[in-house]
Amino acid sequence: MKRVQFSSPLLPYLFLAPQLAVIVIFFYWPSVRAIQSSFYLEDPFGFGSTFVGFDNYIGTLRNPEYLAIARFTAIFTALVTFFSLALGLLLAVKADAVIRGNAAYKTLLISVYAIAPPVAGLIGMMFFDQHIGPFVKIAAFFGWEMKVGLSYFDTAFAMITVAVWKQIPYNFIFFLSGLQGLPASVREAAAIDCRSGIKRFWTVIFPLLAPTAFFLLIINVTYALFDTFGVIDVMVKDKAANNPITLVYKVYMDGFRGNDIGGSSAQSVILMLVVFVLTVLQFRFIERRIHYT
Amino acid sequence: MATIEIDKVSKIYHGGVPAVSEVDIAIDDGEFIVLVGPSGCGKSTLLRMVAGLETISSGTVRIGGRVVNDVEPADRDIAMVFQNYALYPHMTVRENLAYGLKNRRTPKPEIETRVAEAARMLELGPYLDRKPRALSGGQRQRVAMGRAIVRQPSAFLFDEPLSNLDAKLRVSMRGEIKRLQRRVGTTSLYVTHDQLEAMTLADRLVVLNGGRIEQVGRPLDVYHAPASTFVASFIGSPAMNLVQGELHGSRLAIGPALIDLGQAVPTQGPVTVGFRAEDLQVAAIATSGNASIGEGILPLRVDYVEELGSQRLVHGVVGDQAVTVALSSDAPLSGEMPVAIAIGRLHFFDAGTGRRLAWSGSEPHRTATAAGRLENVR
Repeated sequence: MKRVQFSSPLLPYLFLAPQLAVIVIFFYWPSVRAIQSSFYLEDPFGFGSTFVGFDNYIGTLRNPEYLAIARFTAIFTALVTFFSLALGLLLAVKADAVIRGNAAYKTLLISVYAIAPPVAGLIGMMFFDQHIGPFVKIAAFFGWEMKVGLSYFDTAFAMITVAVWKQIPYNFIFFLSGLQGLPASVREAAAIDCRSGIKRFWTVIFPLLAPTAFFLLIINVTYALFDTFGVIDVMVKDKAANNPITLVYKVYMDGFRGNDIGGSSAQSVILMLVVFVLTVLQFRFIERRIHYT
Repeated sequence: MATIEIDKVSKIYHGGVPAVSEVDIAIDDGEFIVLVGPSGCGKSTLLRMVAGLETISSGTVRIGGRVVNDVEPADRDIAMVFQNYALYPHMTVRENLAYGLKNRRTPKPEIETRVAEAARMLELGPYLDRKPRALSGGQRQRVAMGRAIVRQPSAFLFDEPLSNLDAKLRVSMRGEIKRLQRRVGTTSLYVTHDQLEAMTLADRLVVLNGGRIEQVGRPLDVYHAPASTFVASFIGSPAMNLVQGELHGSRLAIGPALIDLGQAVPTQGPVTVGFRAEDLQVAAIATSGNASIGEGILPLRVDYVEELGSQRLVHGVVGDQAVTVALSSDAPLSGEMPVAIAIGRLHFFDAGTGRRLAWSGSEPHRTATAAGRLENVR
């Protein structure tokens, strides 16, 4: 470690100040405010607030609707994470195995990632449009009358599909670069030691990709929990009430549509804790099995 | 145990440049063959074609009599040792050794026996439960060897397995590889760019240049009768001196020096003359200028001297052509010194093609006895 001597002991803090200010103002301050207001019952019109202790938390956790949304969020997160990782990995493995014209394949698959997320969300939405959506037409061909925005199941299906579809290029890039970073000779040694390509993949290649996969697992869980907000919003906004939403969307609905600042804050604190616990669990139980080279 | 026949094998990459062209090698059962040549000569490509890691553009490769051109690497019954060891970093040494056997459905007790046997042979016992990253370079190299041995394959393929080791370890591992190969008697194909490694390990050398075979032969045969100027300059350290000379009648002119060959000469006119640094001696001052019979004298102007301890290498010029002389470390030195060469130790090469020219004055070399010794060792 290189040690730099500063003329004044305050100078390093001065250099750190802009970064610290950003973190404090945009991350810690809102969190503190959220925790604070989760203990108050706020007047919808801003005329003061009353301290209610844990009432907001108790109310939230006793609300059957909230619990149903939590259950859906868990399923949604699991499915989105699993399928976006699995498909990203599958495409990466296939693109990596292409010998002729692989640059073209890779560029085409990666370029999807360059599309801005809202645009991608919009395109995804159009797939499920009642009138022009090709997915709706394909479903109709198989006798499935898809009604996104009306049928709970159909909306959930579309939501998950679009959320997965948006995340695949991201996972693809990481998995592909991970695959290309594997030493060629190890793969060749495996080709001599093991005849079955599938077995080779699970016994040698995947374990070596595990650090990448673990990183992506955390990123994808976070993505499914938070960054799918836009997709959900486009899908359920201005639609009939009985549509699947996730916890993050519920926070937004209660806070900004329902003006229940206290309840919404309590929900967001719960969500924070859930993510914290999830991340700790992932590091505790999965990361230990990972071999970093 | 098996023979390997490489029959008119070529490798042509996209763009049409042949990396290997029409190579023929027949390897006997249990033989240790070393492919040697400068980088880019196609030796690794050839090895990888035998392993099945590279497709064969034309020709056939047979292992144990079976054509393996379209056989998967795993089904060729070969084991390969890679330059960077290619150990599975997430597996322990034991798992690394057992992996190939497990995938071949070898019964568990059998795997355990073979792993234990290999670990004992390679002194890997204490490290069986370690991961490769906790091992030194030499230990990793031994695990890579062990992974090949436990398989008991028809053939070992070595792709420059020692070039990542430091000089001292390389010498000891070289001995170990030779010893192990003798012990298990497995046919081996070994690639290296290090001519010393090639000389010491090989039963037969295959010298490659530009994707073609320059010479195949026992190390001492190649050393004493190089088939071309390329082989002459590649095998042996210091490299054989190669100078331009001219033959007129029975006399050979090298720069200012005239040597009377006195016998049937190989050719007339310009010729490339080769002689080993260690075949030159300091000529006694009294005889300088007038050589004794069967000897040639070259006037050497010394540029610089390299002290190797056991001997000294004197670098200088004869006329304007560089010549290196290996002398004993107590040999007298001076700026201008005549050196003598026995005529029988001269090699002649075609000045145009560089191919060896046979001539009747050439001294029979020591291969016969040396090869006999090797045979006894086996």
